[in-house]
Amino acid sequence: MTPDEILKGLYDETLVGNGPRVLEMTNEALGMGMEPQTLLFEALIPSLEEVGARFERGDFFVPEMLIAGRAMAGAMEVLRPLLADTGVETIGKFVMGTVQGDVHDIGKNLVNIMLEGAGFEVIDLGVQVKPEKFVQAIEEHTPDIVGFSAFLTTTMPMFKANMNALEKAGIRNEVIVMVGGAPVTQEYADAVGADGYAADASATVKRAKELLHARRTPVPA
Amino acid sequence: MSSSPTEPTSTTASSTNSPSEPSDRSSSGPSRVALIACGAIAQPAADAVARRGWAIDVHPLPPLLHNRPEKIAGEVADLAATLLPKYSQVVVGYADCGTYGALDRVCDDLGLDRLPGLHCYDVYAGAREIQSLMEEQPGTYLLTDFLVRSFARTVERELGLDRFPELLPDYFRHYTRVVWLAQEPDEELSALAQAAADRLGLPLEIRPTGTSGLESALGALIGRSR
Repeated sequence: MTPDEILKGLYDETLVGNGPRVLEMTNEALGMGMEPQTLLFEALIPSLEEVGARFERGDFFVPEMLIAGRAMAGAMEVLRPLLADTGVETIGKFVMGTVQGDVHDIGKNLVNIMLEGAGFEVIDLGVQVKPEKFVQAIEEHTPDIVGFSAFLTTTMPMFKANMNALEKAGIRNEVIVMVGGAPVTQEYADAVGADGYAADASATVKRAKELLHARRTPVPA
Repeated sequence: MSSSPTEPTSTTASSTNSPSEPSDRSSSGPSRVALIACGAIAQPAADAVARRGWAIDVHPLPPLLHNRPEKIAGEVADLAATLLPKYSQVVVGYADCGTYGALDRVCDDLGLDRLPGLHCYDVYAGAREIQSLMEEQPGTYLLTDFLVRSFARTVERELGLDRFPELLPDYFRHYTRVVWLAQEPDEELSALAQAAADRLGLPLEIRPTGTSGLESALGALIGRSR
């Protein structure tokens, strides 16, 4: 296969979630000497962006999103260490977790894949993450952004508990806080004092980049 | 169960007109009530109506709307608009059902009442019982008789597990048990519930609820006026 055929194949097979074929072509491409960044930015990420666009249009549903995400995640297992070795800097560090009392992580996992695809380093704390665990992870990893995910109206109040824990630990201003999940709205995000909210995985990446840019842009004197 | 959004599933002899005939109150009658029901509770609701002899026509919406809850409020609003001219009262046989307040806004706009709680689980078992189950084990996956009976269609197919069985752990890895809120358990349903739990690789617990919770909630709905 030519490099162009590889890139097109990776794009197409990621789109339909053919994990084994994506992995096979990733290894084949690397064997041909193609750069991991090329595979990531010219095939895998555009494909996942197309998946997100089709989801937004209602052409794809959650299973299609998940299966495509799994295909890309398989390729990322191979590419991640290579990308690190090539010295490609991540655009930011993101600590992510589903709040205490909540086991739902499908949306969170999709967000993680999209963030990683966009160049973020993602540290996933999993589900049922207690406030003190978020605090500990922020102190340990010093992320740019921390994300709280909740799927239930009954677990959304943990956002505020997490914010209080960050305040108490004196690290609230050290990190951008984003919140999300099916029941979450911009109004609720504002009410708990979060810096950002996004309705879906694609929007999360965009909003995270905006918040990061705003944080890093010097305020004129 | 009919999946037609407008065809009543339970009527008495005096209420067989089609809702598509506008403003014909002669058969629906000003004293009759229209229940816009989630397809997942339409049949037990119709059974309760028949048992109690209530003057209610049950108008089901497709149960698979539950997998696109963002569409529920709009569908309820559209159906209510066609039913309001024909009935003395229209009530909504949905709990919040993942609409996160959107259904309440429709109800407020149109002057409708709905079933209490977040989901039909609250209606069947009581909100306190559901809260207790979730506090015991946040990884509790709830089933009702409807979901047990339709598991292959409403759960497996809708989650894409028929096409992508490898997604099973993506959906269920953090769940620790299946709790079947059993309305009318029998041997066949018990076997189906066990098969569903086995499919998910989780232990099954059975909590009989009966249908009295739904019946009480329906009675309260039609007894209430706004």
